[in-house]
Amino acid sequence: MMAYIVRRVLYAIPILIGVNVLTFLLFFVVNSPDDMARMHLGMKRVTPEAIQTWKQERGYDRPLLYNDAAEGVGRLTDTIFFQKSLKLFQFDFGSSDSGRDIGYDISQRMWPSLAIAIPVLLVGLLVNITYALLIAFFRATYIDFWSVVLLVAMMSISGLFYIIGGQYLVSKLLHLVPISGYDTGWAAAKFLVLPVVIGVVGGVGAGTRWYRTLFLEEIDKDYVRTARAKGLSEPRVLFRHVLRNALIPILTGVVVVLPLLFMGSLITESFFGIPGLGSYTIDAINSQDFAIVRAMVFLGSVLYILGLLLTDISYTLVDPRVRLS
Amino acid sequence: MSGELVVLWTDALIFLLLVVAVGFGVYAAGRPHLRGPWGAVVRSRVGMGTLVVLAFYVAVGLLDSIHFQPGDGNGGPAGAEVVSLFDTLVGGLRARQEKSYSAPLATRLYTKENIELPDGRTVRDYPRLRYGGAHLQDPESERLPDLLRLSAVGIVKGLVVSLVVANVLIMLLAGRNRSDYGSQARQLLRGRTGIPWRVALGMTTLMLVLVFWSAELAAKYHLLGTDKVGEDVFYQALKSIRTGLVIGTLTTLVMLPAAILLGIMAGYFRGWVDDLIQYTYTTLNSIPGVLLIAAAILMLQIYMSNHADEFNSLVERADLRLLFLCIILGVTSWTGLCRLLRGEALKLREVDYVQAATALGVGHMTIITRHILPNVLHIVLISVVLDFSGLVLAEAVLSYVNIGVDPTMNSWGNMINSARLEMAREPIVWWSLAAAMIFMFVLVLAANLLSDVVQDAFNPRLRNRR
Repeated sequence: MMAYIVRRVLYAIPILIGVNVLTFLLFFVVNSPDDMARMHLGMKRVTPEAIQTWKQERGYDRPLLYNDAAEGVGRLTDTIFFQKSLKLFQFDFGSSDSGRDIGYDISQRMWPSLAIAIPVLLVGLLVNITYALLIAFFRATYIDFWSVVLLVAMMSISGLFYIIGGQYLVSKLLHLVPISGYDTGWAAAKFLVLPVVIGVVGGVGAGTRWYRTLFLEEIDKDYVRTARAKGLSEPRVLFRHVLRNALIPILTGVVVVLPLLFMGSLITESFFGIPGLGSYTIDAINSQDFAIVRAMVFLGSVLYILGLLLTDISYTLVDPRVRLS
Repeated sequence: MSGELVVLWTDALIFLLLVVAVGFGVYAAGRPHLRGPWGAVVRSRVGMGTLVVLAFYVAVGLLDSIHFQPGDGNGGPAGAEVVSLFDTLVGGLRARQEKSYSAPLATRLYTKENIELPDGRTVRDYPRLRYGGAHLQDPESERLPDLLRLSAVGIVKGLVVSLVVANVLIMLLAGRNRSDYGSQARQLLRGRTGIPWRVALGMTTLMLVLVFWSAELAAKYHLLGTDKVGEDVFYQALKSIRTGLVIGTLTTLVMLPAAILLGIMAGYFRGWVDDLIQYTYTTLNSIPGVLLIAAAILMLQIYMSNHADEFNSLVERADLRLLFLCIILGVTSWTGLCRLLRGEALKLREVDYVQAATALGVGHMTIITRHILPNVLHIVLISVVLDFSGLVLAEAVLSYVNIGVDPTMNSWGNMINSARLEMAREPIVWWSLAAAMIFMFVLVLAANLLSDVVQDAFNPRLRNRR
C-alpha cells in the first residue's frame, strides 16, 4: 500500500512540472511582461521608464530563463522562471500585482469557500441519494417517468437562473435572508443558507439522474434477485444490497472533488458577495491580476491531482476486488 | 440585397461542419450498422420531436452565418458594417431602436420623461415608443384588440403553412409507399407509421405557428420589450442562437482531430507513445477548466489590445474571440474523449481481425483507418451530442465572468449578464433575463433529450434506464 502511494505521488511530480511550464509559457512567453505592463498602465502615452518601474516593483525585470548578468548559480536562479514559476512548488505564491501577499489571502479566503462548499456537498448527497432511491423504489411507474422528466428539465436550466431567481424570490420578495454579504462566526449562517440551498437545488437534476442510473444498474444483478428470492422486503433489498454496492462509484465520485472544494464556486460566491477563493479568482480575472490567476491555476492543479490520488486510494479501501498494480 | 460577401472564420467552420455532417449522413446511409442506430433515433417520438425543434434553431443559426457588407444600393462601395442574411430577413427588428427600456408589447417607455406638449407645456409622463405600437391612435383602448387581431392573423398563417407542409408530406409518403392519399393520411393521423410522422408534424405545426405569430407581432411591437439602449430583446435572443450553436458544435469539431488521432495512437501503439499522450492529457486535465480559459482569454485580450489594427471590424474581432473561445474550450474538454478512445483502441487492437491484418502485413495506417476508426466512430458521435448542452450552458457562465464571448456579441450569457444589473431596479426589468433563459432552456432541453435518445440507440444495454 505504502509503495503504491509513494509511486502515485512520484508520478504527480512530472505532471505538476508540466502544469508549471504551461502556465509559464502562457503568462510570460505568449505575452511579454512589457505587454502586461502596458495593459495595466493604460495603452496611451506609456513611457519606457514607467514600464521599467512597473516591472521592477513586481520583479518582472529579470530575463526569462537565463541571466547573463548574474554570477554562478544566479544565472539560473535570478530569472523569471525560477523566481515566479518554480517557487510555486514551495507554495510560495509571492505577492499579487497590486502588492498583497497571495499566500495570506488564500489562507484567509479558504474558510468562507469551505463554509459553502461542504454543506452543499453533504446536503446535496443526502437529497440526491434519497430521491434516487425513491425513484428506484417506484421504478417503471408514473413517478419514475415524471421524475426523470423533471430532472432533465432541471438539468437544462442554467445555474445562473437558479441563483438570480432564488435571490429575487427569497431575498427581494420574501425578505427572508439578506441578498448578499458575509459575516464572521455563526453570524454568517444567515448569509450562507440561500447559497447552500441554491447550490443543492442546482445540482439535483444531474446528480439524482446519475445516481438513479447507478441504482437501476445494480437492481438487475443476480445477487439482488437472490436477495428478493430469499424473501427480503423491497426496502431491505434497496438499503442493504443496492445502496451499499452503488455507494462505491458514488464515493469515488465524491472523493475526487473533495480537494477542489477549497477553490470555492466562482459564480455563487461572486453573486452572493462571499469573500472566498472563488470570488478572489473572479476579482483577479476582472482586474487582470496575473500573479493571482497563476497562483490559482497551480493550486487548482495540485488539488485536482490530490483528488485523483485520494480516489485511487479510496477505491482500494472500499472495493476489495481492486488490486494495487 | 447587393453587397460583398464576408466569410468570417466561424462561418467557414460552420459550413465545413455542415458539409462533414451531410457527408457522414450519405456515408452512413449506405451502411446498415451505422444506419440502424440513427434509424432508432428517428423512430423514437422524443428523438423526432427534438430534432424538429433543433432544426428550427439550426435554420436560424445558418441564416445568421452568411455575412456580407451591404452596398449603398446603387452599386457603390460596401460600408464597414457587416450584416448577416438573417439580419436582412428581420431587418425591421434591428433598425427599430427605442430610447431605453420598454416592457414586452408595450406602447410606452418604461421610464418617465419630460414630454413637451404641442402647446409648449412640459409634463412628466411615459412617452410613446417610436416604433412599438406606433400605428395606434389611442394605444390604451386599441392595443388589446390590435394584439388579438395580429395574433389571430399570425396563428392562421402558421396553420395554413403547416397544412401545406402536412399535405406535401402525405403525398410524398403516399408516393413512396404506393398507397393512396386518403389511407396514408389516416395512417399518419392515427400514429401508425414506422417513423413517428405525427409527432414531427405536430412539432412543426407548433413551431410554425410560433414563428408566424411572433413575426406578426414583432413587426408592429417589441415582442419581448427593449433593453437599456432600446434594442429589441427578441432580436437579441434570436441572434444569440448562432453564438450558442457555434460554441456547442465548433468546440467539439475543433477538438475532434486531436482527440481522435491521439486517442487511437495511444491505444494502438502503446509503449512510449501511450505514456507521452497520457502525460499530455493528464497535465492539461489537471488544470481547472475555468482557470485555464480565464488565463487564455486574458492573454488574448492583451494580444488584441496590443494589435488592435489587425482587425478590420468589430464583428471580425468578436468572431475571432469566439473562435478562440471554442478552441480553448476544446483544449479543456478533449481529454475525456481521448481517454475513451484510447481504452477502445486498446481493446480493438487485440481483436482477431486486427491481429489477422497485422499478420498479413497490413500497414499501421491502413489498420487504423480501415479497422479501428470505423469502430470508434459511434463513441465520437455520442460525445459530440453529449457535450453540446453542457457547452451552451458553459457559455452563459463564462460570459458572466467576462471570459466568454466578446461583450459586443449577442449571446445569452451577455444578455443574462446585463440583465443581472437590471434586476436591482424598481420595478424590475425581467424580460431580457426571461427571454435569454427561455431560448436557452428550449435549446438545452432539446439537446439533452436528444442525447438520451442517441445514447439509448447506440448503447442498447442501457435502454429503459435513463
